[in-house]
Amino acid sequence: MKHLLIAAGLLTATSAMAAEKPQLTVYTYDSFVSDWGPGPKAEEAFEAVCNCDLKLVGVEDGAALLSRIRLEGENSEADIVLGLDTNLIETAKKTGLFTPHAVEADYTLPIEWADDTFVPYDWGYFAFVHKAGVDAPSSFRELADSDRKILIQDPRSSTPGLGLLLWIKSAYGDEANDIWADLSDNIVTVTKGWSEAYGLFLDGEADMVLSYTTSPAYHLIAEEDDSKTTATFDEGHYMQIEVAAKLAGTNQSELADQFLNFMVSDAFQTIIPTTNWMYPSVTPVGGLPEGFNSLKVPAKALFFSPEEAVSARSEALPEWLEALSQ
Amino acid sequence: MARSTQPVSTVPGLAAACVVAALILGTLAAVAFRAEAGHGFLFADWAALRFTLTQAILSSIISVVLAVPVARALSRRRFAGRRVLIALLGAPFILPVIVAILGLLQVFGRSGWISELLAQFGAPPIRIYGMHGVVLAHVFFNLPLATRLILQGWQEVPSERFRLAAQLGCEGRSLFRLIELPMLARIVPGVAAVIFAICLTSFAVALTLGGGPRATTVELAIYQAFTYDFDLGRAALLSGLQLVLTAAAAFTALKLSREGGFGAGLDRTIHRWDGGAPIVDAIWIILAAVFLLLPLSAVVMSGLEGLFTMPPVVFKAALISVAVAAASTAILLMLALPMAATIAVRRHGLVELSGILGLAASPLVIGTGLFIIIRPVADPTSLALPVTALVNATMALPFALRILVPAAQDTVLRHGRLALSLNMKGRVFFTRILIPRMRAQIGFAAGLSAALSMGDLGVIALFADPEFATLPLQIYRLMGAYKMQAAAGGALLLLVLSMTVFWILDRGGRWHVED
Amino acid sequence: MLKIRSCMITNGAFKLHADLDIEAASSVAVIGPSGAGKSTLLEAIAGFRDITDGRVSWNGHDLTNLAPGKRPIAMLFQDGNLFPHLTAEQNAALGLRPSGKLSRAEHLQVKAALERVGLAGMEARKPAHLSGGQQNRVALARVLLQHRDLLLLDEPFAALGPALKAEMLDLVAELVAETGTTLLMVSHDPQDARRITRKALLVADGTAHPLADTTQLLNNPPPALSAYLGTNQTH
Repeated sequence: MKHLLIAAGLLTATSAMAAEKPQLTVYTYDSFVSDWGPGPKAEEAFEAVCNCDLKLVGVEDGAALLSRIRLEGENSEADIVLGLDTNLIETAKKTGLFTPHAVEADYTLPIEWADDTFVPYDWGYFAFVHKAGVDAPSSFRELADSDRKILIQDPRSSTPGLGLLLWIKSAYGDEANDIWADLSDNIVTVTKGWSEAYGLFLDGEADMVLSYTTSPAYHLIAEEDDSKTTATFDEGHYMQIEVAAKLAGTNQSELADQFLNFMVSDAFQTIIPTTNWMYPSVTPVGGLPEGFNSLKVPAKALFFSPEEAVSARSEALPEWLEALSQ
Repeated sequence: MARSTQPVSTVPGLAAACVVAALILGTLAAVAFRAEAGHGFLFADWAALRFTLTQAILSSIISVVLAVPVARALSRRRFAGRRVLIALLGAPFILPVIVAILGLLQVFGRSGWISELLAQFGAPPIRIYGMHGVVLAHVFFNLPLATRLILQGWQEVPSERFRLAAQLGCEGRSLFRLIELPMLARIVPGVAAVIFAICLTSFAVALTLGGGPRATTVELAIYQAFTYDFDLGRAALLSGLQLVLTAAAAFTALKLSREGGFGAGLDRTIHRWDGGAPIVDAIWIILAAVFLLLPLSAVVMSGLEGLFTMPPVVFKAALISVAVAAASTAILLMLALPMAATIAVRRHGLVELSGILGLAASPLVIGTGLFIIIRPVADPTSLALPVTALVNATMALPFALRILVPAAQDTVLRHGRLALSLNMKGRVFFTRILIPRMRAQIGFAAGLSAALSMGDLGVIALFADPEFATLPLQIYRLMGAYKMQAAAGGALLLLVLSMTVFWILDRGGRWHVED
Repeated sequence: MLKIRSCMITNGAFKLHADLDIEAASSVAVIGPSGAGKSTLLEAIAGFRDITDGRVSWNGHDLTNLAPGKRPIAMLFQDGNLFPHLTAEQNAALGLRPSGKLSRAEHLQVKAALERVGLAGMEARKPAHLSGGQQNRVALARVLLQHRDLLLLDEPFAALGPALKAEMLDLVAELVAETGTTLLMVSHDPQDARRITRKALLVADGTAHPLADTTQLLNNPPPALSAYLGTNQTH
């Protein structure tokens, strides 16, 4: 009983201490908050300057994250949502749950960024990762004509999967379904998420796996392993840009603005490359970490605006299903 | 009046069933009520439904058909390592899905061990992706479970019956007809229904082994409705469809399985006198062992290196998982024991049904529904672990009931009359007779439930609290952070922990199963 | 006195009519052809069968709607009279307290009862480690401890050899005499009936007939019984 009282006392004490500081709640995807993601370091860096308590809440992935916000609606605990990508922006905007930001930054994105609500914090090119030293196809056509085996993710359950769908759609338009039909015998299998496909690739189940041009950086930096590289396609590479935004219902509006500004500052941007394994949206003063500079850079960036992405998806998904269900 | 006289009250079991039904149907209703105008049932769903049903029916039939000879062989052979083999039979079932997929494909994949062996002889790699791959994977998961449940059935035949049969010179086919077939007729339909329900909600396994969107299941459609489309009405509708299909399977199974036990025995050690053909039994045991143990050894081998690269948080996650498993097992027993007792004294539709629905309920729907229900009163994230324990218990309930109900029926049948004449009823009968008589089954059910809870990602991903991640969640996180080797180490740790927990609880309960 | 008043006992399609009285402290054999309903009659008295019509009472107290454990009745079945997971002592102790939680005095009572039936020193054995006769002795020790007015035996000794069976019946006779218990005993063997009962009731043709003298009934059996006993059986 005595112990209980002491414990209760301690709890009240800590919550009282916490109550003195304002709390900023950020909803993000699970891999952001994991011990190996940007979350812990970003939290430490922001709390060092904000005199606040940053609370990160992890929700599976970007799509699930948006669903969670829609589920909670106007009285969500979240002040910030971090981790949507450009393919989800249009849907997110239509909910009316987000409010414009006041962030100004010198983005180092391959495209012009002018969205008034969503702030980009990192980006990357989708690409097929393969073993270094092996000839790789230089286009989808060449890939489809070859007997190379690939692992891809399902666009209905995975962000890279959807990325590939839009990649081919943006490169081939109305011919996208022919490409898919020709690719179907190259596809070993389609997985639910990125982890399954990448794990199978590392086990040797296929020649190439759909991932990012930045993936080899992980092996290079974390494992000192230069045996992975990416295939550069002549059609160009589709981009993923990850964004954050402030919720209209926030009661920590200033703190939220402070966080969004912090997010595009060096303190946050230097964390991104070696935790999220993506390009920072504003290259830090000190440049990119060693290893990122040796990555292959596509000659052409492909990108659908948020509005285009929604209609491209609804057009491309049935084509994809049709082509691969034969 | 005699008809209503029973040594145990049906009230606690009914109450437990109501709790389970409320959880499953309440969460479904919560999701449905929260829905905005959506698409309803789409044409593409028909294809998903057809595929889902086909693979679930094939998987459950093939699993039980193969399990019968394996269980029979195990029930009548004694050999070194038999106990270990039986314990290992539980392993595939408790692996996190993603780990099991990688293990399976390291054996059966394009560049798997079998294909590499074939390549030595210049043969092409085996083609695993397709309907047969889906069924293979589901049989890998469920054959061990089916074998254990059917083996349990064999071990519950009183040794007196086998003695009588031996004395009558009854062997082989006639022994099968006399003793084994009635036992199988009682047990197999329920086992098949449980496996059908498990396969009905398959998603990642079906998609990956199925090789693409041909292998779209209803659960994938639910996931899509939840995430990319945020069409809660469609999600609830599809989940309701899964429940209806499972209910139909459960009722069919109930109709097919006959009632009645085997009469009194005196707890003699099971001993059999029928020889059978040792070579046939040996072949079955070896085939099953190879099929199940190869992918497991792939998991172990990939994990060995990773064990030493695992960050310390993985061990913290392991402790949390053990705690969740313990809580989940306690909840399970509080639900399952009264329900089994109720079914034993009077078969009751609601109890039987809510006992199986836990499997067919989409974890996404339960999780989201709970989230909607809890949110107005409490912070769902702070309840992540209790909620995970509760949902895991509900998912384990169908297995627990399959294990407990036959034993409860036999106990009531054998000892109910004597207990009543001694005025032993209610709590006294429950604690003095039912629980001691069912010790073996309770141990097995508790072990299975704890191991399942250890390995299941469950709803924790929906509620995730960064501070309190379970081991499966940490494994997924490691993979998401490119740390595949450490993740494999985590998977091995999970496998060892789950097997240990299972072994301790299962051994703790058994007293006459082994000699 | 046990009064069975115009009772109709149903067991599926089978119906048995009974209207009879049994004096307190008497020993009664229940005899009749196989399948005539001897066990059904006992089970109905003990509360395990539906009585669709009529009443059963003991010393003026109505038993008809009482749960089996609440009746002043102890019963031994053809088999399954012990719980296999409990020791001899624990099994016997159930006669005193179903919960099995005994005071020190009650422990001594249990020990004494086991001693009385000849099982001193075997308290800790479980049924699987007792012979058939010993198992029955444990059940009888429990009956002793139950202190019920009526004891119903549904051929619990059928599996024993003749000498052992006679020994058990003598033990039963001693025990009921010591305690003034009323005994109803189903029997297939006229020898058993003659051995420990004065009165007998015949169950045949869907009816439990009123009591008769055991010796007379067996010596001059009605047609239904004589067919069952066989002609040479009467002496």
